[in-house]
Amino acid sequence: MAAEFWVVVEHWKDQVSPISYEALSLGRDVADQFGASLHAILLGHNAREFASTLGRADCVIYADHPLLSEVVAETYAEALVQLLKDRKPRGIIFPLTNVSLGAATLLGARLRLPVVNFCTDIQVVEGKLLARCTLYGGKIESRVAAEGEPAIFGLWPAARPAEKGLSERLPPVEEVTVSLPEPAIHLKKYIEPDAGGVDITKQEVLVAVGRGIQSQDNLHLAEKLAKQFGGAVCASRPVIDQGWLPLSRQVGKSGATVKPKLYLALGISGAPEHTEGMKAAALIVAVNTDSGAPIFNVAHYGIVGDVLEVLPALSKAIESRKGVGSHA
Amino acid sequence: MGGETLTVGDFSTSEITLANLLQSPQGRDILTCIQCGLCAGTCPYGEVMAYPPRRIIAMLRAGMLESVLKSESLLACVACYSCMAKCPRNIQLTEVLLPLVKEQIFLNLTELPAELHKALDNTIRYGNPMAESPRKRSAWTRTLDFPIRVLSEDPRPVDVLWFVECQNSYHPRGQDVSRATARLFHVLGIDFAILGNEEKCAGECARLLGETGLFETLLDYNIAVFGKYHFNRIVTSGAHAYDAFKHQYAEAGFRHPVAHTTSYFAECLEQLKPNLKRALPYAVTYHDSCCLGRHNGFYEQPRELLKLIPGLKLLEMPHNRINATCCGGGGGGMWLDTYYKAKGYERLSERRVKEAVATGADVLAVSCPYEISRFEDALKVMGYEKKMMVRDVTELLSEAMEG
Amino acid sequence: MNILVVLRMVPDVVEELEIAPDGKSLNLEFARMVLSESDDHALEQALLIKEREGGTVTALSLEAPEVDDALFAALAKGADRALKITGPIEGVTTREAAHIIADVISSEPGLKGLDMILTGTQAINDLDGLMAPLLAQELGLPFLGIVTGLNSNPATRVAVATKEYPRGVRGEFEVTLPASFGIQAAEKPPRYVPVAKVRSVMKSKKIDCVPFAEAVEPGLSQLQVLEMSKPQASGHAEILQGTAEQTANALCAILAERGVL
Repeated sequence: MAAEFWVVVEHWKDQVSPISYEALSLGRDVADQFGASLHAILLGHNAREFASTLGRADCVIYADHPLLSEVVAETYAEALVQLLKDRKPRGIIFPLTNVSLGAATLLGARLRLPVVNFCTDIQVVEGKLLARCTLYGGKIESRVAAEGEPAIFGLWPAARPAEKGLSERLPPVEEVTVSLPEPAIHLKKYIEPDAGGVDITKQEVLVAVGRGIQSQDNLHLAEKLAKQFGGAVCASRPVIDQGWLPLSRQVGKSGATVKPKLYLALGISGAPEHTEGMKAAALIVAVNTDSGAPIFNVAHYGIVGDVLEVLPALSKAIESRKGVGSHA
Repeated sequence: MGGETLTVGDFSTSEITLANLLQSPQGRDILTCIQCGLCAGTCPYGEVMAYPPRRIIAMLRAGMLESVLKSESLLACVACYSCMAKCPRNIQLTEVLLPLVKEQIFLNLTELPAELHKALDNTIRYGNPMAESPRKRSAWTRTLDFPIRVLSEDPRPVDVLWFVECQNSYHPRGQDVSRATARLFHVLGIDFAILGNEEKCAGECARLLGETGLFETLLDYNIAVFGKYHFNRIVTSGAHAYDAFKHQYAEAGFRHPVAHTTSYFAECLEQLKPNLKRALPYAVTYHDSCCLGRHNGFYEQPRELLKLIPGLKLLEMPHNRINATCCGGGGGGMWLDTYYKAKGYERLSERRVKEAVATGADVLAVSCPYEISRFEDALKVMGYEKKMMVRDVTELLSEAMEG
Repeated sequence: MNILVVLRMVPDVVEELEIAPDGKSLNLEFARMVLSESDDHALEQALLIKEREGGTVTALSLEAPEVDDALFAALAKGADRALKITGPIEGVTTREAAHIIADVISSEPGLKGLDMILTGTQAINDLDGLMAPLLAQELGLPFLGIVTGLNSNPATRVAVATKEYPRGVRGEFEVTLPASFGIQAAEKPPRYVPVAKVRSVMKSKKIDCVPFAEAVEPGLSQLQVLEMSKPQASGHAEILQGTAEQTANALCAILAERGVL
């Protein structure tokens, strides 16, 4: 039997999540390294149409069931348990997102399989699967070998560019049946955030503030800069938690994923929960007093300094430029 | 009242609680209040304070203290000693009564303002309010071009144990002051050493806020650390730390002589003078810190130091010495700016810099570590950062030394 | 509501983390341990539920440096009981810890009849799995993670839990109790507890110790850490040097060149 490597596809609110393509990009590289076929695992209800976008994989295994219409970790885990009865992939990549969190752990616990969380890369070394993981809020990197197959990998978002997981090719779809017990958990409804206001996912320039902005009173400095750029202000979690900006401005794991042309990270340390939401920005500039802050690992340019000094200096520099050139 | 050194008296505050306050003869002093209202009138936040000392005492006497203890209003008390300094009956307001009341209020508070909560959590955990690693507390010393003795590495007896303080250890501007202070010690040939990473917050602001448990934990720790070494005196750049050592720590049995850097250097005027060769053509106005000034009477010493500097002109603000208005950093105020703003209170640091700028001075001279960042921030917010800069007295002295 | 809160200590990243000489673990000699941030939220959420609906809150932890501080703080905040599992369990992985804790929950008489198990949704060192779903699996309970709101109806034994999704969207779930929840954030920030209260609790209450005698099942996590390292500092960003003014001007030039200004 040919070797298989799996990627669990995530879709939410009628869209395939970008992380699915990121995972397919990585999965493709891993599968190619040991000559395996890459399978995209699509679980859902009336979701077959998504299969056509998963052509980076060799084929799609699709399980349709009403109980799979929304991601409930234990139901997804149970569906996978059934899929794994007759198949033995060498590894399975799961997305580590708010939507899917927990399913990988449950599957690993149920079938006594190794689970490797916080992965940013998987390599095949001497025939073995080796994961590179980022732990401790981005401060430690680890290389981890799984001892057992299939090995389950929890993948951080933005580990690969989503574009590399796209394909024009239409993959063959194998539809399978699963029988799922009624879970003790039901999603009753979604609650949308307050409508109106700014959609930060559509901005070309984002001025992002973190703890380094120190107080709500300093936000006006960021607003001014954002206005100068024709962009908007967004924030990392601690600023939103304080209530200084509404939830809709949050970037990161529990907030939005943004891909602006310019992302100015001001006073943000750069823990993975935040960087996963902005790593893919075309140009990232970070300002932080800590020269060792993880944000400098994702930024293209950095200034080691106090946000409260750099922000007004930047506004001023832009003002004097506008007076000179024709960049209005 | 004017210029007198106010003391705690000859009782141990740790034996007095709000419950037994009126049983003690010293506590009964509080009952001699004549309800004149000087305290409320002189309180910098008097207009927003629901329970100034006058009202607290009235309610205490009427057995109605409950509503005071349930109120959040005393978070606006910045422990500036104005009320205590002006009280015609010399009632130990800021020193005794207010901390006792605040202690109970603190235990009743359901929710602490976030910034304050963090500062306290950090102090408990890291020995400083800024969430900086204790292992980096003396990292600033490496920026000097001469070594500083750290007692844990070299525990031989020393003349001066220099207690650096949190802001002066970690904050960039505080480190400027520490460098200047170290330079002065060095030039004067003083035998000094620091605790280095063993040093933790002295805890005075926690006490003045009502977090007496935290204060006591820090007091126990610091006294134990002091007990390991042999030194003649403690000199500190922290005005609040000075207060803690001079009064509370003394009561707990810590009897070493204690001085603040300004009063210590003010006793070395003769040795200092020949070193101050560079003229500083600044017009300087001096802000009296609450702890050093009103509480301990050190009004003239910082001014004498400033007058030593050639070319320097000293101007006075209308509210000076006993009447100086607080920067707003005491009693927890350092971490309550957002809270005060949300309540619509004017920032005391902004109020004060308006007065400073109006004197026409170029420099606002200070001697308490909280004041630098508070006044620099206020100058920026009010758009005065080009008109006036903030310098600690030791920074000015250091600047006046050549080389 | 009978609630169990599982608290775990993790290395405090405020301190510089050092790699041990073996090159594949943390040097814990100078590391300090701190309560995992979302576990603190789990405790707060439990206390809020208790205040609203009545019941008991038990805090449970494995033996670890500085864990007593966390457990006494939990008692001072209002937890009814604090349990500490002791034994040859130092340095266990999340999966191993979950196995031990599940064992104790099943066998400890005082932990019968739990309605909810709350713990943080994720800790910074959860390499081999997450605690809340692991406990759910071990104990045969339903599980929901990334919870930011939790109410329960003691009569119907159904909880209403709010889960956080991307872009500020929230989902409302109905969960039949007993269940295991991974708490992302409590409905209110974790409360402050005055040091005096904690010190008083240290004198008046005690932490119950539950010895775990068996050795941890070897190879439970099925992972081998080959290497640990610190990411290259600033390996990525080009750092602009100078004063605020100089760096601002330099940055403007770069941005203009890139066409974003």
